[in-house]
Amino acid sequence: MSGEVEASTEEQQEMQDTVVSPEKAEEAKLKARYPHLGTRPGGSDLLRKRLQKGQKYFDSGDYNMAKAKMKNKQLPTAAAEKTEITGDHIPTPQDLPQRKQSLVASKLAV
Amino acid sequence: MVSGAGGGGNDVQWCFSQVKGAIDDDVAEADIISTVEFNHSGELLATGDKGGRVVIFQQETENKSQPQCRSEYNVYSTFQSHEPEFDYLKSLEIEEKINKIRWLPQKNAAQFLLSTNDKTIKLWKISERDKRPEGYNLKEEDGRYRDATTITTLRVPVFRPMDLMVEASPRRVFANAHTYHINSISVNSDNETYLSADDLRINLWHLEITDRSFNIVDIKPANMEELTEVITAAEFHPHQCNTFVYSSSKGTIRLCDMRASALCDKHSKLFEEPEDPSNRSFFSEIISSISDVKFSHNGRYMMTRDYLSVKIWDLNMENRPVHEYLRSKLCSLYENDCIFDKFECCWNGNDSVVMTGSYNNFFRMLDRTQRRDVTLEASRESCKPRQVLKPRRVCAGGKRKKDEISVDSLDFNKKILHTAWHPQENIIAVATTNNLYIFQEKVN
Repeated sequence: MSGEVEASTEEQQEMQDTVVSPEKAEEAKLKARYPHLGTRPGGSDLLRKRLQKGQKYFDSGDYNMAKAKMKNKQLPTAAAEKTEITGDHIPTPQDLPQRKQSLVASKLAV
Repeated sequence: MVSGAGGGGNDVQWCFSQVKGAIDDDVAEADIISTVEFNHSGELLATGDKGGRVVIFQQETENKSQPQCRSEYNVYSTFQSHEPEFDYLKSLEIEEKINKIRWLPQKNAAQFLLSTNDKTIKLWKISERDKRPEGYNLKEEDGRYRDATTITTLRVPVFRPMDLMVEASPRRVFANAHTYHINSISVNSDNETYLSADDLRINLWHLEITDRSFNIVDIKPANMEELTEVITAAEFHPHQCNTFVYSSSKGTIRLCDMRASALCDKHSKLFEEPEDPSNRSFFSEIISSISDVKFSHNGRYMMTRDYLSVKIWDLNMENRPVHEYLRSKLCSLYENDCIFDKFECCWNGNDSVVMTGSYNNFFRMLDRTQRRDVTLEASRESCKPRQVLKPRRVCAGGKRKKDEISVDSLDFNKKILHTAWHPQENIIAVATTNNLYIFQEKVN
């Protein structure tokens, strides 16, 4: 009888832990999937990424390399880049003005 | 029973009024709505989108013969505010997305608004032209020049009525003052100055002067490796022209007084919620980042929005959860980046109700006086004229009741980030990804 009571209080404690902190349970899930996430809380990496938004090239050497490779290629469909990538799969400035080709009216104004 | 002047409260029944935008599911990037703002009278409603375009709607004057038909918002003006740019010096691509629109209080016949992208703020003048001069001596009506030798008499040109034309023209361009990305602009109650805030700095501008701005907050550390927080939003106090607040990615709000010093790096007051260190998790900092801060109309309270809740501050702080059921989904919300979504919030006219968006095209209204909340949905299914919106319920776990939606069925791609409340009436504008919904109070 007492064994059962003990087991159920233990279970209760476990349930309590998960109920009290669903956030911690989610954190455990995340760490299990991405063990390299390590001890740094989701802070400075993200801040740096946020500040670097829009950065296309590391330096002019990078830009010229990309330009040289782009000479014979079509504009590739730009993938959503989340990390600080530089290299040859980035559109060159000459390609950028294409973005404002025709000034299409907003569909809200129809 | 609360009536009239933006009373709100959750005894108000909301019904569908209008929806703007394309129906098809294939949404072009440019059509994503990025900001929604009523002007000070509520007569005009402006939207900005990712394609750098601004659309302004105007409320029609009420039709006295049909009192049931509340006035509708129709397109008044639309223009391209910002265009994509490339900063060659920094190798930086500058998006044309309109981050914020703020209206200036009306001073004369024309309307003025400030619109900003990541780097440049522009002052736009929207004016009406309903007459034109006719009867020139040297020109024909179609503009061709007349042969001077055929002119034998002189006449005085007169103004004649014409079809209303609404023109938008850029009057000022405030550029090159921000190294980082602008997240907020706020017009001062003095109606002469405004602030613009980026991740690390806040600048003060005079509306007439474009070649100079004053830096009033600078949180850039000497060594960028030491960077721990960024500015996420800023706003001037609605009545005190010397006071402004700014929020941070760490969940703090700083109140600053410009009379204290030229550089307001030292806050007058700091607002933060003490955190229980035992509750800290990987997600804590991310979800405590404040995405929006808004003073109440009367200037007595401040509201902040973080990922899971809305907080209303004065000397005490009132914590109102928005979608607490997401706390047990933080892992997947981190993986699909939704945890970084920046939700805005707004007050109703008499500061008794606040509103904010959520996922699955749901939005929440939180009543401050009666402490009751309601979840509503902006969907194409409830688009019949004057159809009353039914409250929605999300089931966090356990047995799902009829009419409830389970957390796992929520569509996280359908986010309502931007909402606006008419300053005087119970009319709200809710932006889904690419549609603008207008709802109003049910009138019997």
